[in-house]
Amino acid sequence: MIVELLIKAGLAGFVFFFVLNLAGFHTWVERKQSALIQDRIGANRAPIFGFRMLGMFHGMADVLKMFTKEDIVPDRADKTLHMLAPFFSVFFALVAFAAIPFGPPLVIGERVIDLQVAKIDAALLYVFAMLSLGVYGVILAGFASGNNYAIMGGLRATAQMISYEIALGIALVGVIMIHGTIDLGELVASQGKLLWGWLPMWGIVVQPVAFFIFVTAALAETKRLPFDLPEGESEIIGYFVEYSGMKFGMFFLTDFLETIVVASLATTIFFGGWQVPYLSPDGFHFPWGWEIPVNNLVYVLLGLASFSVKGLIFCFLFMQLRWTLPRFRYDQLMNLGWKGLFPIAVINLVVTAVVLVFLGEPN
Amino acid sequence: MPIEQSTTTTTLHESGLATKDMLLNIGPAHPAMHGIVRIIARLEGEEIEEVDVEIGYLHRGFEKMSENVDYNGVIPYTDRLNYVSPLINNMGYCMTVEKLLGITVPERCHYVRVIVSEISRISDHLTCVGATAMELGAFTVFLYMIKAREFLWELVEKVTGARLTVSYCRVGGVKGDLPDEFVEPCRAAFKETRKVLDEARGLLERNRIFTDRMNGTGIISAEDAIGYGITGPFLRASGSDYDVRKDCPYAIYDRIDFDVPIGSEGDNMDRFLVRMEEMEQSMRIVEAAFEQMPPGPVMVDPGTGRPIPAAEMVDLAKMGNIAAITGGCAIAGPTLEGSSRAHYPSTATDEKRAFLPPKEDAYGNIEGLMQQFKLVMMGHGIRGPLGEVYFAVEGANGELGFYVVSDGRGHAYRVRVRPPCFAIMSALPELLVGDMVADIIPTFGSVNMIGGELDR
Repeated sequence: MIVELLIKAGLAGFVFFFVLNLAGFHTWVERKQSALIQDRIGANRAPIFGFRMLGMFHGMADVLKMFTKEDIVPDRADKTLHMLAPFFSVFFALVAFAAIPFGPPLVIGERVIDLQVAKIDAALLYVFAMLSLGVYGVILAGFASGNNYAIMGGLRATAQMISYEIALGIALVGVIMIHGTIDLGELVASQGKLLWGWLPMWGIVVQPVAFFIFVTAALAETKRLPFDLPEGESEIIGYFVEYSGMKFGMFFLTDFLETIVVASLATTIFFGGWQVPYLSPDGFHFPWGWEIPVNNLVYVLLGLASFSVKGLIFCFLFMQLRWTLPRFRYDQLMNLGWKGLFPIAVINLVVTAVVLVFLGEPN
Repeated sequence: MPIEQSTTTTTLHESGLATKDMLLNIGPAHPAMHGIVRIIARLEGEEIEEVDVEIGYLHRGFEKMSENVDYNGVIPYTDRLNYVSPLINNMGYCMTVEKLLGITVPERCHYVRVIVSEISRISDHLTCVGATAMELGAFTVFLYMIKAREFLWELVEKVTGARLTVSYCRVGGVKGDLPDEFVEPCRAAFKETRKVLDEARGLLERNRIFTDRMNGTGIISAEDAIGYGITGPFLRASGSDYDVRKDCPYAIYDRIDFDVPIGSEGDNMDRFLVRMEEMEQSMRIVEAAFEQMPPGPVMVDPGTGRPIPAAEMVDLAKMGNIAAITGGCAIAGPTLEGSSRAHYPSTATDEKRAFLPPKEDAYGNIEGLMQQFKLVMMGHGIRGPLGEVYFAVEGANGELGFYVVSDGRGHAYRVRVRPPCFAIMSALPELLVGDMVADIIPTFGSVNMIGGELDR
């Protein structure tokens, strides 16, 4: 029992450490990537002992700055809620990672360790529940600040999240029907199967339409361009207009964390999670007959690498979109959500159901 | 009409819920209110019900200051009107005073002025379109456009020696001719600019989000626009083809073939497209002007004497070391390239009462120094005839007019500017009411409000 607890604590620590560092690293990548796309050099100051490391230390400098800044709470704000809001945001973004399987089961002696902090049967529901709860941070920030801009940001965030979550959920029902599970661990394992003996049954292969709906709606969930209406820095500044110091930093961090959650989810649901094509626990079995045996450790490491690479590619894609597209207007956003994505998701669901009925039992 | 806090009303919504409209104070410190301005909006949800625009945050008393310095002394102030395209302001003011004094400037001077003011127009439009795109979230386009503007500002720097506060034109001419190496860098810069414009078109015109944001927002009809006194790209987007360069041609615009793009809807998209096309037309004008420009001296004539930098010559003369400069010929510094005596006949009027002498003369001989002195001393120099004069040029935002009243003294009795964006700002409430909060951004962006010009 104690060992079990220690293993879980270790896994949680690992995920926590990895994700937070990745979020920090994300700020650097974003700076450099935006510089690349905009013909600039990008942040390259903030040296430590003369080493600039291509501006890598800017993340640290940011954090130092935010921690030492004066924390201003406006007079008209609700002090308690104003303080709670950023914690809500960060907390729910972080706990969402608990249910995401990030590697294949690791075998140490007799013990099989699932590389997933919490093995929840309804993991998919759990992740979405956490992401939805995250919006409370935004709403609270908006309402507790006592500022008209913040209220507008909060209201926009609420409307946007609720509208897009529906399309998001319905898009995923198709995947759930095909794989017959909402346990993310099983979902990933099930995606390792091959279609016609050569095509990995990844979500993108069997549900391409759902994938595009998912990515669009998930981008809207992360509140980044082109869906950054709650922030819209040149329009209404955002729900965090009255925050300073590390409280603002937490909202900032939440943005990056949510991007990573969404990237991990897209990987897990549509790109086979930690699956490497044709890799089984005992080695590679290529459809054209080659066999390369691997041991469990290599298998696990390959899985971890596969998951990370796919996730990072998604993060990069989201950044690329962020620096390319302008922002929607409120009504256009709602139109896209309710009149665009929602009907397509429903049609996709119906078509999937009909096809499944005709094909018989899929699994 | 100012909006009072107490006008916020509580109404009973049809669902029975009491709703209250919201007063949103946008600016003067707000990221989108570039050039300082304040918009107070009364909102019903996201929709704008009433707007009050408050201007005057950048009032510096340009017109009053102009009454207290001589005619040439006003030129540096005009740089600070529309600071994105200062050369057009320079040109407008100088042409007004020239009209007052009855001075005709040489042919080549007109061409030089037209070339630099068209380059300024492009940089102004680039800034306007880029800033609008940035505020809509397309940050990358903004930086591309600023990159293109940088190429153009390098050209401006080559010609004038400065990037922002150029003070290039003089009453009766320009400070100096174009530098020797100008046509080629200019063509190269245009090539880069065209590339950037193509990229921007790809990123914006074919972008559904952008076109959705721009189409059908901030609409004004041609009649209303004329009623408000709106001119420039803003009016042309509504369908009227009024362009000072075509309708009351000045300088050499009547000799150059260019098109005036007009829109049909009068919405933000049309204004964006009109500006994009005007940049192309401006480049066309400059290229045609290069073809037609009458030759003038392009090489600085070294003269007979030994070249001595002007500043050094002044220092030597101050110390009484006349022997060291005897037979010397003053040469102007790098930023004054083209402002030597050899260029003067082709870029400056021969009206010596009005035009400052070449720098070698001012630094190098007593006659030149005296002439310079007489011109810049208060109460000497140019005396305008009694009368008043109005002259307008096509600024980047529209008709930029100067109205100068002279009472026969060495400085103007009254200078009044007709800033093009003032008329547009007065129409802003009409443009905004009925649209959504987010539409303030593209509409206000397409106004291209320049604080220096609006508030003066």
